[in-house]
Amino acid sequence: MIKIDNVIHTYKKHSDEEVQALCGISLDIQEGEFLVIIGHNGSGKSTLAKHLNTLLIPSEGQVLIDGLDSTDPDMVWNIRSRVGMVFQNPDNQLIATTVEDDVAFGCENLGIESGEIRARVDDALATVGMAGFGNKEPHYLSGGQKQRVAIAGVIAMRPKYLVLDEPTAMLDPRGRQEVMETIHRLNKEEGLTIVHITHYMEEASQADRVVVMEDGKIVAQGCPREIFSQVKLLKSLRMDVPPMTELASILNEAGLEVDKTLLTVEEMVDALC
Amino acid sequence: MFRDITIGQYLPGESFIHRLDPRTKILSVLFFMVGIFGLKHLYSYLFVLALTLTVILVARIPLGYLLKGLKPIFIILIFTVGLHLFLTPGQILVEIGPLSITLEGIMKASFMALRLIFLVLFASLLTLTTAPMSLTDGLEKLLAPFAKVGLPAHELAMMMSIALRFIPTLIDETDKIMKAQKARGADFESGNIWQRAKSMIPILVPLFVSAFRRADELAMAMEARCYRGSEGRTRMKQLVYRKTDLIVTLGMGSAMVAAFFFL
Repeated sequence: MIKIDNVIHTYKKHSDEEVQALCGISLDIQEGEFLVIIGHNGSGKSTLAKHLNTLLIPSEGQVLIDGLDSTDPDMVWNIRSRVGMVFQNPDNQLIATTVEDDVAFGCENLGIESGEIRARVDDALATVGMAGFGNKEPHYLSGGQKQRVAIAGVIAMRPKYLVLDEPTAMLDPRGRQEVMETIHRLNKEEGLTIVHITHYMEEASQADRVVVMEDGKIVAQGCPREIFSQVKLLKSLRMDVPPMTELASILNEAGLEVDKTLLTVEEMVDALC
Repeated sequence: MFRDITIGQYLPGESFIHRLDPRTKILSVLFFMVGIFGLKHLYSYLFVLALTLTVILVARIPLGYLLKGLKPIFIILIFTVGLHLFLTPGQILVEIGPLSITLEGIMKASFMALRLIFLVLFASLLTLTTAPMSLTDGLEKLLAPFAKVGLPAHELAMMMSIALRFIPTLIDETDKIMKAQKARGADFESGNIWQRAKSMIPILVPLFVSAFRRADELAMAMEARCYRGSEGRTRMKQLVYRKTDLIVTLGMGSAMVAAFFFL
């Protein structure tokens, strides 16, 4: 379990003025959970993500990963091998000139023996549906494929938690779908805990829990239906609401009682007829 | 416009040369380079030619592809040949105004030309038959003894492999920036050399900015995957130095010695 306890993160801008990126965040991430963090640019969601594997250290407060304190310098590599991280730009996180060498990179850093790395690489590539691409060069792959290779490189290290920092932001709709299917499968079949950061609402709808961030604070959290039904709040945060949920809210205001938490057209049809 | 770049090009294959250990190949090229400067007679180059052709045949590299790699050195070639041709003192054969061609000049010019051509051919045989990753692995292993005296062998090899990985990415980026600048009316084709060089600035500035941002993100991604230098790091693909590698290395080594003393 990852325990984030009242974390404050401040950093200095060039002008020496202090900026508070996180203002007292507390959040528990359960094992096996599919957690989505949504929020606008500058809401602090990426800063929060980087606290989960010690890329950033809290200025105040505490992050505990399976009980390991992220401020302890001796625990850095232990924590990073538990919490894998995938970044936004697929081009800037592939290190090697071939796919398999890239997937092997993390395992090599962990000092795993070579035969075992080979087995893990093949396994990881198969899991993300990229078997047979081992000898390809990364720049011949599509964005979605590159991002899946990046995921393979992380899961080959066998982490318990997978943190994805806007992995779909630079992809076309097809690439986005590929990546989303992959991480949902990892969550269901491999039992991997997923922390998915995004600003796409529709990616949040299948999560176990959604956390909404704004200005370095958590402004709402709950299951997707609860979150989406707070149409006014989401609108005030300039976020999209699924069209049917918004319609339900308008109908309610106009005096027609329908379920405020419905998400799809089918559910709306059922509710009305 | 950058499609012709062949630096670090690799032609995958299964030939004897492809399967040699990268260390063998790097050492061989090194021996070849030293040896070729020990040659004293023009006919000695027949041996060099025979050796190069054998390697090309065994590695099954298309000759045309290899010769295309000579294109970039064409200007350097003409330049050195010209300098040696006209500036070597000795027995004068032809005089054109203030310039004179001497017998010694012709000899020296052909030596230089042959040396350059064979150097480039042999060196490109190395990159054509060796995957970039194993090339940098080999380099790291070869430099490892010098790590004791403070040479950052692992870091150098890592830098090289990252450079190779990002060449295509940065070329794409340059293409994109050029198109974007052209769409805003930038002109890269007309004007004298000075003007053209100046028109490159609006390409270089965004290219550098983005390269630095990439470097930053890449470093973070590497750290997130537990990278901490060579410390405690293993490799998936282990280099194996076989008997044939030893034979080839020794063969090339003795060929170099022979070139210095007998050819």
